Amino acid sequence: MISLAWLLLLLPLAGMLINLVLGRVIGRRATAVVASGTVGGAFLLALSMAPAVFGSHDHHGATIHLWNWIDMGSLHVPMALLVDPLSLTMVLVVTGVGFLIHVYAIGYMEGDERFNRFFLYLNLFILAMLLLVLGDSFLTLFIGWEGVGLASFLLIGFWFDREDDLYGSFADCGKKAFIVNRIGDVGMILAMALIWSIVGSLEFNEVFHALEAGITIPATAVCLLLLLAVAGKSAQFPLYVWLPDAMAGPTPVSALIHAATMVTAGIYLMARTHAFWELSATASTTAAWVGVGTAFVAGTMALVQHDLKKVLAYSTVSQLGYMVLGAATGAFALAIFHLVTHAFFKALLFLSAGSVQHATHELDMRKLGGLQQKMPGTARCFLIGVLALAGIPIFSGFFSKDAILLSAFGKSPLLYAVGLITALITSVYAFRAWWLTFNGTPRDQEIHSHVHESGALMMVPLWILAGLAFVGGGLNLPVALTLERALEGVLGHHTPPPLQLEISLLAVSAVVAVTGWWLIRSTYHHAGWIDSVKATMKPLTKTARNRWYLDTLYDDGLVPTLHAASQWFTNVVDRILIDGIVNGSAQLAMNISRQARRVNNGQVPTYALSLFVGATVLVVVFWLAV
Amino acid sequence: MDFLLPLLLLLPLAGAVVVALLGSDGPRKALAMLVSLATFGASLGLLQNGSALTAGEAVLAFQRPWFPEVGLSLHLAADGISVWLVLLTTFIMPIAIGFSNRFVSDRLGQHLALLLLMETAMVGVFLAQDLVLFYTFFEFTLIPMYFLIGQWGSENRVYAALKFVMYTLLGSALMLVAIVAIFVQTGTFSIPEIAATLPATAGSTFQVLGFLAFALAFAVKIPLFPFHTWLPDAHVQAPTAGSIILAGVLLKMGTYGLLRLAMPFFPEAFASYAPLLIVLSLIGIVYGALVALKQQDVKSLVAYSSVSHMGFIVLGLAVANTQAVSGAVLQMVNHGLSTGALFLMVGLLYERRHTRLFSEFGGLWKSVPVYCGLLLITALSSVGLPSLNGFVGEFTILLGAWQVSPAAAAVASTGVILAAWYLLTAFRKLAQGEIRHQENEVGVLPDLQRSELMMIVPLVVMFFVIGLYPNLLLDHIVPAVEILLP
Repeated sequence: MISLAWLLLLLPLAGMLINLVLGRVIGRRATAVVASGTVGGAFLLALSMAPAVFGSHDHHGATIHLWNWIDMGSLHVPMALLVDPLSLTMVLVVTGVGFLIHVYAIGYMEGDERFNRFFLYLNLFILAMLLLVLGDSFLTLFIGWEGVGLASFLLIGFWFDREDDLYGSFADCGKKAFIVNRIGDVGMILAMALIWSIVGSLEFNEVFHALEAGITIPATAVCLLLLLAVAGKSAQFPLYVWLPDAMAGPTPVSALIHAATMVTAGIYLMARTHAFWELSATASTTAAWVGVGTAFVAGTMALVQHDLKKVLAYSTVSQLGYMVLGAATGAFALAIFHLVTHAFFKALLFLSAGSVQHATHELDMRKLGGLQQKMPGTARCFLIGVLALAGIPIFSGFFSKDAILLSAFGKSPLLYAVGLITALITSVYAFRAWWLTFNGTPRDQEIHSHVHESGALMMVPLWILAGLAFVGGGLNLPVALTLERALEGVLGHHTPPPLQLEISLLAVSAVVAVTGWWLIRSTYHHAGWIDSVKATMKPLTKTARNRWYLDTLYDDGLVPTLHAASQWFTNVVDRILIDGIVNGSAQLAMNISRQARRVNNGQVPTYALSLFVGATVLVVVFWLAV
Repeated sequence: MDFLLPLLLLLPLAGAVVVALLGSDGPRKALAMLVSLATFGASLGLLQNGSALTAGEAVLAFQRPWFPEVGLSLHLAADGISVWLVLLTTFIMPIAIGFSNRFVSDRLGQHLALLLLMETAMVGVFLAQDLVLFYTFFEFTLIPMYFLIGQWGSENRVYAALKFVMYTLLGSALMLVAIVAIFVQTGTFSIPEIAATLPATAGSTFQVLGFLAFALAFAVKIPLFPFHTWLPDAHVQAPTAGSIILAGVLLKMGTYGLLRLAMPFFPEAFASYAPLLIVLSLIGIVYGALVALKQQDVKSLVAYSSVSHMGFIVLGLAVANTQAVSGAVLQMVNHGLSTGALFLMVGLLYERRHTRLFSEFGGLWKSVPVYCGLLLITALSSVGLPSLNGFVGEFTILLGAWQVSPAAAAVASTGVILAAWYLLTAFRKLAQGEIRHQENEVGVLPDLQRSELMMIVPLVVMFFVIGLYPNLLLDHIVPAVEILLP
């Protein structure tokens, strides 16, 4: 079965090509069936490989060589796939969650004039994402890495002719995503150059084998370059600014690409390159602070958003920060665990938000409220997502987030403290979103009167995801540690902390999560003391509302500077300086030739003469030089 | 098949003469297209000696005495580098002719004859094994291009054509002097013989002066910063077929000359001036990209993007290791295809709207979706998206550059970010947003027709072929590069 892994890529590729060539002929329904069918097929195929892959004891995994891609002297890069427990876990998430979102999108995108193109792009995304996780070398991974960036650009700007007050031009949001991602990609390119210059290979197995054999390599430099790549793709400080704008895309895209899968590519990259991170304490500490810092900063911004999708977007940035924190503190398997549960509950939250948007055409929570009466199914699903995100015990997020906090505690109590405060913030913004959208009384009767529950195509994926968000923690329960054991071959053994410590920290987390709920409950039941709490938080709120001034720095500082430089180069250097010299010397030559013409009665002889004289002089110079 | 190489020169030349003599446009169009396709077909014969090319050898040598008294000979040969640059030329030519056939009506016979003359000259540059022969072809390309720009160009064509010729002539005047000096020194014009004997016999001052003379000629042609200001003028004013050839092939004569002549003839001088070349190429990469960002005219954006992209190629050559130089040669082909395609796409738009200003467009993805889809792929190929052609060359140049100077690689890599910025900004202004002019409305602006698709689709297919299977070219390029490198 494993040798059929190339079929995983061929399926979405085929779906894409069929819809590209025949889309207009076969109609919308067939388009949708082809697009989601190929992804569903890929999921089943991956599932059928699972027993063999997870059961195997060969920690190098299986390599499937497709063809020789680049051969250049000592540089050899094959086009090859690597199937091991880590890549297969990712494949299962990508195709499984991807399939559900495809089905949901059939309902959500119904009636859109570019329905066919939407599914074409979704298949392109799946293809690129699968190549990203299956590539057996840094460079094949990189094809997928940039490929998902392209799919993201196309899908964020899917409604390229639209603009609104919240996002500005949607097309600009897509462009921003691609360019900011490219900044990260440069980190990846340079990391590859550095690795290759020392190891002489870009294939994972060969590179990691060389590391095991004790090759000397500046691991800190490699990891910091990789961290830049991670910050771009997984929306970490200082490159997270593209992700909130990415919400301009259709909501299934936000769920699939900008929450469940693509943005987790950086976490996958860290896990895949764990051997480098284990060599550099400096880089790991840096990454840990970048992760927890991003988690905190994004959490505060999620607190003050009015738009439901923006809350979820900043929440994604924040949760990705947790995953980076996990990987950076050495708990690579736990980062992957949180990646998986987050894929479930964040996809669920986004798709529930999409269901709201589908029904109300509004995501400004100030105009919503009280939706649970009219949309009971969506409300329940959203609530399950909120409980998982907030880390309420038994729900999946509780186990996975707590495991990361535990790992941070092992490294530094300070990291743990910031992570724990962020957990409180998380719980607060999660319940706030629930309360404002679904609880209380409707604030806009006009909107409320048209509300209806979504149809089965949208609700069935929601219920499945809700189930997964609920039980997903079961993948890696304390003591059993199923997922950690499954990934041990690839990611190495991670010693679990003492059970007593684990239980105490679990209890602390549970209290923190419930506190968040209680704070929100008090707020919306108008407890008097909450206002004084809010008042003390005022400066923080203001900073968060201004997005910690990072966007300002880019939009009013960096970008205008580059534009000014460009303008100056164009007008001054090119037109005045260089062309001035060129035109000036041309003028000079004309004047000289005009003088000479008097003597010679014609231009051609002058030209020939001066050429001859000049050439003679220069030949003499050369001759003397010999 | 000793006669294949002269055939590649004579076929377009004879075609040019007959096309000029024919009386009406119908047969002219058919014949010019036929000749260019036949030349392409014949040039595929270059690949027949695959195993010799893979071994890095020059194949299909043709040598006849020319002026034996001074040692001149008509000496042609092809190695793995020349083969692919000739194929690039013969592949792009039918596309340029197809465009002119469809859109040029003014003095078409002369126009097509000039295009075919260009082909002979360009193929000649890539095949010449005799220095005087090389110089003759190199300079001869100026004449048809001068007339193409001066006669069929836009408003400011005379200034642009003169600037193009003067810049280039001044650049190469010193090269002629150096060629004479080399003959005085070695007693031969044969390129392989000079490469074998000159480095050992020439003094260091001779090397430096000779290198600078060659390098200046090629720096203007490439164009390397700060010798680039003729390029935007020439491109903006040139007719589309002229721009396609200029960007597609003509610029590569500069980087080819640097690799084929300047590097092997003057290895020590080259080594000592490599840092200067690296610095200038880095400035060109960043400067070209930044200036491209602010252009109002689509063509001049593409022209400045060429300055940036050609900077990458010079960087690769200057770094002088297998990966960077092979990447640079591959990138010569890639830049020819991608930028040729970009100029073709701009030309197709110009023929519809008779303007190239960004402000006249926007929202075209609604009215001409096929055009915009292909435009996006073309732009991405130029951006260097992996799986398309541009990436492999760019990446291997950066990889090679890192071995010599990580700082240089880091600076060059900002060009990767900027390329995405200016090209996606261009795409944003043309294709995305709302339709703001009624001439661009759905149903008013026609999408690509079959004859136009036949021009762009072959290029797009090659983006994918090279992107996914670059070894098709690298199998021949790398061995030839390894022989050229010291």
